[in-house]
Amino acid sequence: MKEFQIVVLAKQVPDTRNVGKDAMKADGTVNRSVLPAIFNPEDLHALEQALRIKDKFPDSVITLLTMGPVRASEILREGFYRGADDGILLTDRAFAGSDTLATSYALSCAIRKIKNFDIIVCGRQAIDGDTAQVGPQVAEKLGIPQITYAEEIVSLTKDKIQVKRRLERGIEIVESSLPILITVNNSAPHCRPRNAKRLMKYKHASTLSKRQESEEDYLSTGANSHLTIKEWGVADIECDLKQLGIGGSPTKVKKVDNIVFQSKESRRLEDFDEDIQILMKELITSHIIG
Amino acid sequence: MANFFTDNPDLQFHLTHPLMQKIVALKEHNFKGNDEYDYSPKDFEDAMDSYSQVLEIIGEIGGEVISPNAESVDHDGPTLKDGRVIYARGTQENIDAINQAGLMGITLPRKFGGLNFPIVPYIMGGDIVSRADAGFVNIWGLQDCAETINEFGSADQRERFLTRICKGETMAMALTEPDAGSDLQAVMLKAHYDENKKSWFLNGVKRFITNGDGDISLVLARSEDRTQDGRGLSMFIYDKNQGGVTVRRLENKLGIKGSPTCELVFKDAPAEICGQRKFGLIKYVMALMNGARLGIVGQSVGVSEAAYREALAYAQKRMQFGKPIIQFPAVYEMLAVMKAKLTAARSLLYETARFVDMYKTYAHIATERELSKEEKEEARKYQKLSDVYTPLAKGLTSEFCNEIAYDSLQIHGGSGFMKDYPIERIFRDARITTIYEGTTQLQIVAAIKGVTTGAYFAQMTEYEKASIKPETESYRRILVDMTYEYEESEARVTVQNSPEFIDFHARRLVEMAGNIIMGYLLLYDTQRDHNYWKTLEVFLRFARSRNAANAVFISHSNLNDLGKFKFE
Repeated sequence: MKEFQIVVLAKQVPDTRNVGKDAMKADGTVNRSVLPAIFNPEDLHALEQALRIKDKFPDSVITLLTMGPVRASEILREGFYRGADDGILLTDRAFAGSDTLATSYALSCAIRKIKNFDIIVCGRQAIDGDTAQVGPQVAEKLGIPQITYAEEIVSLTKDKIQVKRRLERGIEIVESSLPILITVNNSAPHCRPRNAKRLMKYKHASTLSKRQESEEDYLSTGANSHLTIKEWGVADIECDLKQLGIGGSPTKVKKVDNIVFQSKESRRLEDFDEDIQILMKELITSHIIG
Repeated sequence: MANFFTDNPDLQFHLTHPLMQKIVALKEHNFKGNDEYDYSPKDFEDAMDSYSQVLEIIGEIGGEVISPNAESVDHDGPTLKDGRVIYARGTQENIDAINQAGLMGITLPRKFGGLNFPIVPYIMGGDIVSRADAGFVNIWGLQDCAETINEFGSADQRERFLTRICKGETMAMALTEPDAGSDLQAVMLKAHYDENKKSWFLNGVKRFITNGDGDISLVLARSEDRTQDGRGLSMFIYDKNQGGVTVRRLENKLGIKGSPTCELVFKDAPAEICGQRKFGLIKYVMALMNGARLGIVGQSVGVSEAAYREALAYAQKRMQFGKPIIQFPAVYEMLAVMKAKLTAARSLLYETARFVDMYKTYAHIATERELSKEEKEEARKYQKLSDVYTPLAKGLTSEFCNEIAYDSLQIHGGSGFMKDYPIERIFRDARITTIYEGTTQLQIVAAIKGVTTGAYFAQMTEYEKASIKPETESYRRILVDMTYEYEESEARVTVQNSPEFIDFHARRLVEMAGNIIMGYLLLYDTQRDHNYWKTLEVFLRFARSRNAANAVFISHSNLNDLGKFKFE
């Protein structure tokens, strides 16, 4: 039976789903201190797809890769609880301030180091930036095909994969060779729950630097090497420093507006051609359409 | 993200009871030799943290999977096809989630793949799951049948069956028959030993068997030919893979519709004996039932929680006469009493669970080494307490559960009578709790022993002695007064020297004892967390008046009453 090397890209994000008044700072940036940091929901959907492959091909290995501050190792633990085999935290001051271009560059360098990957899965987009760019950019940088908006892996063999995509007006089933990058849509199945035993085992997993920081005897885990989360910095991956972090990020946020959705006025139209004609005219005159 | 554990501070409060320190240390053999499994706790804090985090998983599955499925499961129910049960779609989803999370075999030893948790966090899981769907907790909670195999099965049976349960196979306990309900001595399902095939075979019918098509069943059967009573019964393990049992009928029930209630036909079904022959009813069923009864206490509390929350949410939202109905005394008084009953019931649940934990853990240790004299004494003390607390808790909390569900529906008014709100389902689900695993009337029969032997009174005296904060002294005085009243009532009944007269007043006496005990438990909850003060106050108002009513009834009663109340 074939085993697959699967890389899941995940991001720790502020939970923007239940935002209160203080979610944004006066300068328009996200107030991360009041929002709980969570596993980006669509990345969890991606992890579930990886786990389903592993259900069918139990010798497959799932490596979770995340880029972020040391705290982001929390989501690696979350991934372990749900069934990921390995976790890598890509963390370095040099990565700070990365836009999607610099992020995808750093991730692709890290993936190259993982080598021999067959399938890369990630969420369609993160709930903090909503760009949906990182996945596709990683695929481009690695020079491999990509399938976006995936909802289900229909079939998988040694060198071929069929994926169901959820598009605006229906579904599409596409086929590709491997290796491949897949971005998973929010309509895909939710991730399975954390497993009790895995939780009890991996809750002690942390990065070496975290353990040194807390002055814990970081050699104490000894044989339990699985309890050490791999930590990679710029020195660990082959990369061009200029393309990293704020220096490698052409995107600059000029201004963020806080928009409150509300209907200011409403008008009721009857189902007559005449009414619709009037509305069309109005919309064209006000340049809303046309 | 709904989480039925993290949104409920009462659960976290009970999980951190001081006695847990001892329970966990015993359960984990003082954390020695725990290196063999990579998920064993290092110390007490580590263990408690694991319980809490695993309960968080259960809370999440409860809030995100089981509860949202409850309505469709209630509507669809299981179906019968070719003598096999097919769960409702939602039920299957719940089971899948539970298995992915590895939540079967929670209390079983690690060597079989279990989590080796004490009863308290396991029962708390049941409390949470019951709030999500009272019907589903039956399928999940039947895992505690495994405890019977763990306690009485052979080493080989434990190895073969417990490992399967920890991997997610479901269980059933097949006791009831058409003519043997409360009276299990009348069980007729026949077991015979075939010398040639070197196996036991079962023949007959079982009725009202929850999850009867489960993978592994414990079956009570008559192994001794030409016997009529309980001494002719043995306990058997039936493995569905062996074949020989079909489901003839699925009951159409008032509530807990997702839980399949089966009529089973055994036709030369191979089975193996569990424990000693002839001890089926007198030893193993009692053990099995005590575990199951505690489970129903958890279910009663979980359903009460659901009913209370529905009522509270509705009363806050529903506007009448220009304001939310919660602002009317008639409504807020009901809610306060519901909350007090719920909180008191939960305190009794976890007190009982701790007692069971203490004695069960000692019982397991006793199979590995001899207990010291002090340990033996302690084990005996907690066993006795478990024996009198379990029926007390089952009887009273299931009645509370129904009262709370009734009041909750009442607060919903006409809307509560419609299928549009969850309370209609919760109200129906609540109804079974006072009936199965022994009706309230049967719990009273067991619990009255706690009255007549003085076991409850001794425990009240024990509670009375504990040191408390001076500002709560007035509550203790109320409880001391209630204890006098209880003693006096008890004496009035027992002095007549008539067993029938005791049975006649048993419900009143047990209820009085239970109210005092729950009052004390809330008093001690208030010591640990001042927030329980208000609930204590409300509960004492309620309990005091109910006890007074019972006392008045008893004080105006004599042997002549038996004739007046009896129908010929």
